[in-house]
Amino acid sequence: MTTSHSLRFDRVTVQYPQRATPALNGVSLSACCGEITAVVGPNGSGKSTLVRALLKRVPLSAGSMFIGDTNVADITPRDFAQLAAVVPQREEPVLPLRVEEFVGLGRHAHRAAFGAMRAADRRAVSDAIERAGVGDTAHRRTDELSGGEWQRVRIARALAQEASLLVLDEPTAFLDIAHEMAVFELLDALARDGRTVLLVSHQLNLVARFAAHMVLLNNGQVAAAGTVDDVMRGEILERVYDWPLVVTRDPAIGAPALLPLRGRAHGSKPTRGTKGKP
Amino acid sequence: MRGAREVWLAAGVGAALLLLIAVAAIAIGAVRVPIADVLRALSGSGDTSVVAIVRDLRLPRVLLAGCVGAGLAMSGGALQGTLRNPLAEPYLLGVSGGAAVGAVLLLALGVSDPSLLTLGAFGGAAAATLLVTAIARVVGGSSDTRLLLMAGVVVGAFSNAAILVVLADSPPERIRGALWWMMGSAADATWPALARVAAAVAILGALLLWWARDLDVLVLGDEPAAALGVDVDRAARRVFLVASWLAAATVAAAGLIGFVGLVVPNLARALGARRHRPMMVVSGIYGAVLLIAADLIARTLRAPAELPLGAVTAIIGVPFFLMRLRKLAA
Repeated sequence: MTTSHSLRFDRVTVQYPQRATPALNGVSLSACCGEITAVVGPNGSGKSTLVRALLKRVPLSAGSMFIGDTNVADITPRDFAQLAAVVPQREEPVLPLRVEEFVGLGRHAHRAAFGAMRAADRRAVSDAIERAGVGDTAHRRTDELSGGEWQRVRIARALAQEASLLVLDEPTAFLDIAHEMAVFELLDALARDGRTVLLVSHQLNLVARFAAHMVLLNNGQVAAAGTVDDVMRGEILERVYDWPLVVTRDPAIGAPALLPLRGRAHGSKPTRGTKGKP
Repeated sequence: MRGAREVWLAAGVGAALLLLIAVAAIAIGAVRVPIADVLRALSGSGDTSVVAIVRDLRLPRVLLAGCVGAGLAMSGGALQGTLRNPLAEPYLLGVSGGAAVGAVLLLALGVSDPSLLTLGAFGGAAAATLLVTAIARVVGGSSDTRLLLMAGVVVGAFSNAAILVVLADSPPERIRGALWWMMGSAADATWPALARVAAAVAILGALLLWWARDLDVLVLGDEPAAALGVDVDRAARRVFLVASWLAAATVAAAGLIGFVGLVVPNLARALGARRHRPMMVVSGIYGAVLLIAADLIARTLRAPAELPLGAVTAIIGVPFFLMRLRKLAA
């Protein structure tokens, strides 16, 4: 990996039409090289809007975004895709391809309209498939993959872009524990290679293990930012998530870990028929 | 790569089928012409009446049906890509209907120049496209592609109604002309008509093939497409417009013909042409095969009467549509 680009949001505000409050309100954050920077926050806090803004799918009302020293507003979509590889949250294989064809779409911004796949393109695709650990799926169709394979194949497509900046929006949604851990370990390894990884996630405890920096969003604003220990604090998280919780230590590696409170005590029977009665 | 071999095989078999069905369609008819005479007549020698039948009647008709079929199939393939819906096609989207209204309106105003009618069809298709996207936007607030398809069905129904209104108000001699637009027919094939549709299919089809790689990415959704380096709005808009015009050119040449644009691209994908460029090339070939075959059926099944070409393609297409719908729901 050659020089890795940093990603910087500078007081970014996004106002959707017909909404009273902005989805993002003066958000500043930065992510740099060789590290995972995680963006966390409750539903509707603006996490996905952050990714949408970066992809220029929503206009900024104020502020700017930079990749390295370049303002994202000045970059063509094609150049953007060579600098940054983004894995958006939702995607369905409407018209399925074979996995190697699908990963090959990561080369779109590198190829001319009629240019054939060159040796460099083919190598990038096979490297990406191997790196993401989906070699055994290469000849299968994207609509035949399991949830875990599908997410990893999408990450493989992003790797085929050969961009030093990687942005992922909830790449482990709907995955079981083993597949989720595999994705986090893959992202960790990719960051260790020198890539800049910006990860949007709901998985606070795993983020706390793997990320170097965290940004906590709430109502479109940065509620806390800094190291994992700066952000993973009971009083902050309790207020932002509006739920009683404690932060303890993850027994595996000692990272901060969050436990939500309330609900019934261990072993007690569920109460029935009391709802609505005094 | 394994995928490439499948595509070459599909294209090769399709080309062979195309040649066979074209020769058969020239040979078969009220006057049956032996294959040897067909080949001789094509080069201009042999019995003069046979030469006239082959070169002036059947050859332009077969070529016109081929061009229209290829155009409809490529238009459908491109629309399915931009709308992310394997059930999209110019007829179901109301685009063909809009083209027919454009032409019929000019016809009702007394215009009969075929070039002007073609332009009318282009205008009508563009208007229908705008209307469909506007309805989807107003209803959904965004460019939800399912809404687009439903808006298309509405505009298509409205187009049929508009043609019927024009029809009701027309003198009897014009009614047959207006009906022609609604039923679809390759019977009026002339060399100038063929030249117009062939030029449109060649130019607009080439544009779609040029942009085909964008479609591979657009079909993933707005955000993934933007992430992979496509100017999403511009790419989607130009494909939608050019695919609509391609459909309009076929309507101007042969009236309303449904389901070719639906069936053929899905067939091409099933044959292994999954990416849009190979898919549209294979679709073009099989679209031509399908429509030449459908036209052959239309003019021979109940000869000397001719079945509407649009009815023949619908009879082929509707069961397929239901099957595809079932697969989509599963």
